[in-house]
Amino acid sequence: MHSALNKNGDIVVPRESSLVWHDIPDEEFEKLDQSAKQSEVVLRKSKSYWQDAWSRFRKDPLAMAGLVVIVVITLAAIFGPIFSSYSYEDQNIANQNQSPSLEHWFGTDKFGRDIFVRTLYGARISLTIGFVAAGINLVIGVIYGGISGYFGGKIDMIMMRFVDILYGVPDLLYIILLMMFLGNTLESILIALSLTYWIGTARMVRSQVITLKFQEYTLAAKAIGSSNLRILFKHLIPNSMGPIIVTVTFLVPSAIFSEAFLSFLGIGIQVPMASWGTLVNDAIPSLFTQPYQMLFPAIAISITMFALNFIGDGLRDALDPRLKK
Amino acid sequence: MVGYIVKRFFASLLTMFVLITITFFLMHSIPGGPFSPAEERKVPASVLQKMEEKFGLHEPLHVQYVNYLKNLLQGDLGFSFKQLDVSVNELIAQGFPISAKVGLIAIGLALLIGILLGIVSAIKRGKWADWTAMIFATIGISIPNFVLTVLLMFFFCVMFKLLPTYGLTSWKHYILPVIGLSFGPIAYIARLMRSSMLEVMRQDFILTARAKGVPEYRVIFKHALKNAIIPIVTYLGPLVAAMLTGSFIVERVFSIPGIGRDFVSGIGDRDYSVILGLTVFFGVFIIVMNFIVDILYAIIDKRVKIEE
Repeated sequence: MHSALNKNGDIVVPRESSLVWHDIPDEEFEKLDQSAKQSEVVLRKSKSYWQDAWSRFRKDPLAMAGLVVIVVITLAAIFGPIFSSYSYEDQNIANQNQSPSLEHWFGTDKFGRDIFVRTLYGARISLTIGFVAAGINLVIGVIYGGISGYFGGKIDMIMMRFVDILYGVPDLLYIILLMMFLGNTLESILIALSLTYWIGTARMVRSQVITLKFQEYTLAAKAIGSSNLRILFKHLIPNSMGPIIVTVTFLVPSAIFSEAFLSFLGIGIQVPMASWGTLVNDAIPSLFTQPYQMLFPAIAISITMFALNFIGDGLRDALDPRLKK
Repeated sequence: MVGYIVKRFFASLLTMFVLITITFFLMHSIPGGPFSPAEERKVPASVLQKMEEKFGLHEPLHVQYVNYLKNLLQGDLGFSFKQLDVSVNELIAQGFPISAKVGLIAIGLALLIGILLGIVSAIKRGKWADWTAMIFATIGISIPNFVLTVLLMFFFCVMFKLLPTYGLTSWKHYILPVIGLSFGPIAYIARLMRSSMLEVMRQDFILTARAKGVPEYRVIFKHALKNAIIPIVTYLGPLVAAMLTGSFIVERVFSIPGIGRDFVSGIGDRDYSVILGLTVFFGVFIIVMNFIVDILYAIIDKRVKIEE
């Protein structure tokens, strides 16, 4: 190409003196060593977003420690009670209020129930609530926020006004009211948490979708005739999965905390079932005489919260490096 | 600006109305009447009827609702179902000053220590002071407030017998409840302040100030702090809410006669009128606080884009 168009659209022919590559005689050319091409070859396999995130996450010692702790606690919660000779509800008056020993690792409560097994059972309930509540909120939040952000306009305005109204009052007040209304069961806790927690997720998803919907690939998808729902759930949501997962990770400890808080107020899980919140609550009257009854569940809940928060921090840095402090 | 305030004002009113409505209908649709206690005590039908008339429960629900709204407009939150001749207004008049006192001290402490910790760890970034402050902050965010409160009580009242366990009669009684209430918020504010401070310290005007030879302490406290503190204002609303829910725990554990304890015992006694009244009170209180904070934020930070 030795001619080009100038800005008026006329063909401009370069002056004779300027050297153009095909004016150079062939013998002047020299073959390059083929090895030069090697520098262009991609040696390592290219990493996907998730592989990249995982390699960042793996390098974060606190987050990895948190992950190990949660895996251990989950396994202990699932399999621990099977191998124990005690059950969470068996009362044994002869054994009441025993201090920790080889027989009863965490001691026994005032009904002679083994606190170790009860703490493991508490882990089952608390972790179930944490993960199931976070999962439900993920689904509701993604659908609500996605629709609101993608369709925009009047739909968005109405949907967001509704969210703003709910947002103004602390979650725990709603949850307490709902629990009074629904009664003290595991299902009602899940319903109460699901009805309130999705609001934060929905707001986050909405803002993500709004930034993504003006990108070229959305336009391209539209141009080839993809339906709105397909664009939303096949393109926009998967692309905002990083921040969504981070938000949901932090929902797990909040849900565990809320359940424990409710149980502590006496409107959580009912006896003989136990969550960590009820265990701490039950131990308050005997705090002066048998402090260990409170100590072990309290430690269990604190360690879990620590681990989940570390995982959340680690995931945030790994999935969304821009947010890194 | 005026448009924004008016808009926020009506949005707050609407939020209040929805809250009151939801609370009212939830509390009135709980299975089992307020006078049919679990202990199977036989109440004569005539007495039941009299009591229902006294509380206006014989009316259809929508009439009760309208009456409740009318009374609310006059500031009347109704009577307790369980405590004889005690109105919710009286409970609030007695309990709120106590709760507010503990809460205000805790808010003050949380802001002071949280902001200081955040500044220190931002300017000593990566040093041991930063590490210590951030480990402390992580502990504060991770340990649930009821666990912390019970642990505080265990260590300071049971093991070392340093501080009193219940009541609110001397300054010593305030120490543990205030720590229990403010620990979590301190941690949150410290993290918020740290990241905001780091962000501001990167800005060009800080470089300019240093280049002009402004002493470092003035750069930090005059130039940086003024800008870094703005995000903290947004946390004031949630902070008040945290004090409120925290008071349910702290007042219960330390037997402080505030409205947090009234609310919790209302839950325990299934005293629906007290729960209804106090929820409305808490909700309205928080909505008003959020409104004030929003306005404050718009005034302080001119960069906040107010959508028309």
